[in-house]
Amino acid sequence: MNYALLLQLTVQGILLGGIYGLIAVGLSLIFGVMGVINFAHGPMMVMGMYVSYWILVVLGIDPYLSLVLVAACIFVLGYLVQFLVVNRILDFPEAMQVLPLVAIGLILENSVLLLWGPDPRSPKTLLGLAAVPLGSATIDVSRLVAFCLAVAITGSILLFLKKTDLGKAIRAAADNRTGALLIGIKVDRINNFSFAMGAATTGAAGALLIPLIPLSPHLGHDFTLTAFVVVILGGMGNLLGALVGGLILGVAESLSTLFVPATMKQVVSFSLLVVIMLWRPQGLLGGRR
Amino acid sequence: MKRLYLLLSGVFAVLILLPLLLDKYVIGIFVMIFYYAYLGQAWNVLTGYTGHISLGHALYVGIGAYISTYLAQQLNLTPWVGMILGGIVAVLVASCIGFLGFRFGLRGVYFVILTIAFAEIARLVVCHIKPLGGFAGIFLDFRPSFYNLQFRGNVPYYYISLGLMAGSVLFVRLLEVSRMGRLMIAVREDEEAAQALGVDSFKYSMLAMGISAFMTALGGTFFANYVYYISPNTVLSMGLSIELILRPIIGGLGTALGPVLGSFILTPLSEISRSYFAKGGLEGLHLILYGVLAVLVVLFMRRGILLYLRRALAPVLRLEP
Amino acid sequence: MNALVVESLSKNFGGLTAVQGLSFELHEREILSLIGPNGAGKTTVFNCLTGFLPLDSGDVRLGDRSLKRLRPHEICRLGMVRTFQIVRPFLNISVLDNVLVGAMLRERSLARARAKALEVVEFVGLGRFSNALAAVLPLPLRKRLELAKAIATRPRVLLLDEVMAGLNPTEVDELIQLIRAVNQEGISVLLIEHVMRGVIALSQRVIAINYGQKIAEGRPEEIVKNPAVIEAYLGREFLESQG
Repeated sequence: MNYALLLQLTVQGILLGGIYGLIAVGLSLIFGVMGVINFAHGPMMVMGMYVSYWILVVLGIDPYLSLVLVAACIFVLGYLVQFLVVNRILDFPEAMQVLPLVAIGLILENSVLLLWGPDPRSPKTLLGLAAVPLGSATIDVSRLVAFCLAVAITGSILLFLKKTDLGKAIRAAADNRTGALLIGIKVDRINNFSFAMGAATTGAAGALLIPLIPLSPHLGHDFTLTAFVVVILGGMGNLLGALVGGLILGVAESLSTLFVPATMKQVVSFSLLVVIMLWRPQGLLGGRR
Repeated sequence: MKRLYLLLSGVFAVLILLPLLLDKYVIGIFVMIFYYAYLGQAWNVLTGYTGHISLGHALYVGIGAYISTYLAQQLNLTPWVGMILGGIVAVLVASCIGFLGFRFGLRGVYFVILTIAFAEIARLVVCHIKPLGGFAGIFLDFRPSFYNLQFRGNVPYYYISLGLMAGSVLFVRLLEVSRMGRLMIAVREDEEAAQALGVDSFKYSMLAMGISAFMTALGGTFFANYVYYISPNTVLSMGLSIELILRPIIGGLGTALGPVLGSFILTPLSEISRSYFAKGGLEGLHLILYGVLAVLVVLFMRRGILLYLRRALAPVLRLEP
Repeated sequence: MNALVVESLSKNFGGLTAVQGLSFELHEREILSLIGPNGAGKTTVFNCLTGFLPLDSGDVRLGDRSLKRLRPHEICRLGMVRTFQIVRPFLNISVLDNVLVGAMLRERSLARARAKALEVVEFVGLGRFSNALAAVLPLPLRKRLELAKAIATRPRVLLLDEVMAGLNPTEVDELIQLIRAVNQEGISVLLIEHVMRGVIALSQRVIAINYGQKIAEGRPEEIVKNPAVIEAYLGREFLESQG
């Protein structure tokens, strides 16, 4: 047993998993507050990636430094989507909510395609290929920084929801929409904000991924599914569960490369998704159904 | 109703005669209109009539395409038989997915995710199967003959796809008024209420899955022998799954003519946007248009354009309101 | 002769006992009402009887056939049909097509099913609306449609879940007539009802439950004077103040 390799893969998995967790937090938040599954989540992440890339190319600012700006852009995008479309479909039967969001994902994906073309890109970033040793393993510095940022953002969101008034209002609206309305919480505004925030987190995750994977307009679908796997693992609406689920998935995917080629590792995660949905759809850690 | 049938027969007659008047390029556009209408119709049988939404229907297109192609290349088996075999495999796969979904009570969104997961798993697995061409796919040999389901020029394909489309419209229309179709509709409208009236919703959902998958697979075989190239990215992709649902949604889910109408609206749009922005650098524009249209239709014309058209034309066609 | 026998039916939800050891019989051709305050467990009983919820313990027998592990559509097939408290019409199809779904249970031929459906639609007084979409019907007519769908399945036992709720007295009276007519066709009826007018007018017997247990059983006139029943609905203080 090659422990060095095992350690390496596990660490890599944890680091990537932090970002998965961040993506999933957004999805889980949106579901928790509005009961809507954002099928455009992956494409929103890709949009974040490309906006960050564009800032890098045009202004020369590293993705990790322009993070807040990118998040703000996708926040606005999310707000618009919620305001124009999602708002109107809140009372649709669950299955009929799928179609408009898929369509929005289609619009976003192809806007990216239109603006930047289909070729994959791997821009050079500040941290580039720097690496540090950890025991017998080596860690990419960019991966480590991405992980720390992802966890920091997730942590801030959790704190925000717990401690601030707006955060509490969001949790109230998520828990009981009518009750929240009755005590004067402007649920519409909450919905707008929550969706926008969910979008912003996934956009930020996109920015974090730039040094780690090549950009391509079509990444969206797989990441929506990946986010879904994580959310199912951790429980729908359970934000801490999303982070934990992300870490679990990251490690699982990473370790699976011992048995299958790297390009097949998503088969592992999607199969995991199927199994969990059938066996315990409320998630391993429990959450709203 | 008589007037409507007259109108449709007239349109059909025109469509039969059209190839005599048009050039190859335009005929090719019609082939795609008919083909996507047919695929959309196949999907419509499941989603429009039982209400279970599938976003992984490309899986069945791929099954049809790959099986018939593989058998044709390895065993020189005619795709006319290959498509049936592909259809059977598609039914088996759909039955598994349906069984897992319906038995475990995966409703709504969870079922959608299940279908996506299976399609993506299949795509990734096929990418790694060398005999099936892996990532690069398979180029079909051009050996035109009826036996090989390959022809010179577009005209034979025009008639085959027209036949598929027209046949599917007829089939769905007959289904709608049949016992099986009505019970499927009951499942769509309210599954529990239907069960309370003695409808075995599991059985009818499975039937719809099977029929839908079979029809879709046939389309896959047709497509493979029309474009002479198949790859995981063209016949198993999420992009295809999304594209093929757009026409029935925009045209009218749960109606026999909806997918056809949707295809006549959308498919030319993509051709127009492709030729106006000729360089190909603006690929994807038509998909943005599709997306916008789909959002607008779902928000404002929930049941699709067909029903609005119907209302507008009802006096002229003397239809019941 | 018993159309339906319920034996020691119990149902828990997590720590909450919704129904506890409930036993009763529905006699052949009888109209029996199940009453009790909100939350007493009545709809849970219905859901257990009709296969929508699994029983934790006890048994349900239709004739001599146990319904214990059967699914809703199988139970309907065996001859027991239910309506829903919040009506569930198939909104996007016509009234006739709605009832047709029920009729198709017993008729393989579409023509005969349609004839039966038409007959039932007339029977409940919706003849004028047979081609209208169910979605356009107002509530009282939707309730009739709900009844029609159920009757079309040719049941032996009909379970009506608060079918008179939300109706004005005239509408209630019309429904009472309808239910009587249905009963006269030989169908045994079990009613969950809050509208006492209907309970008293229709029932041969009444069972009162509270907190998932039977608290009284008897003729309607007796039940409304039964102290346990009064206490359940109006509270101990009221009962005591009445002396």
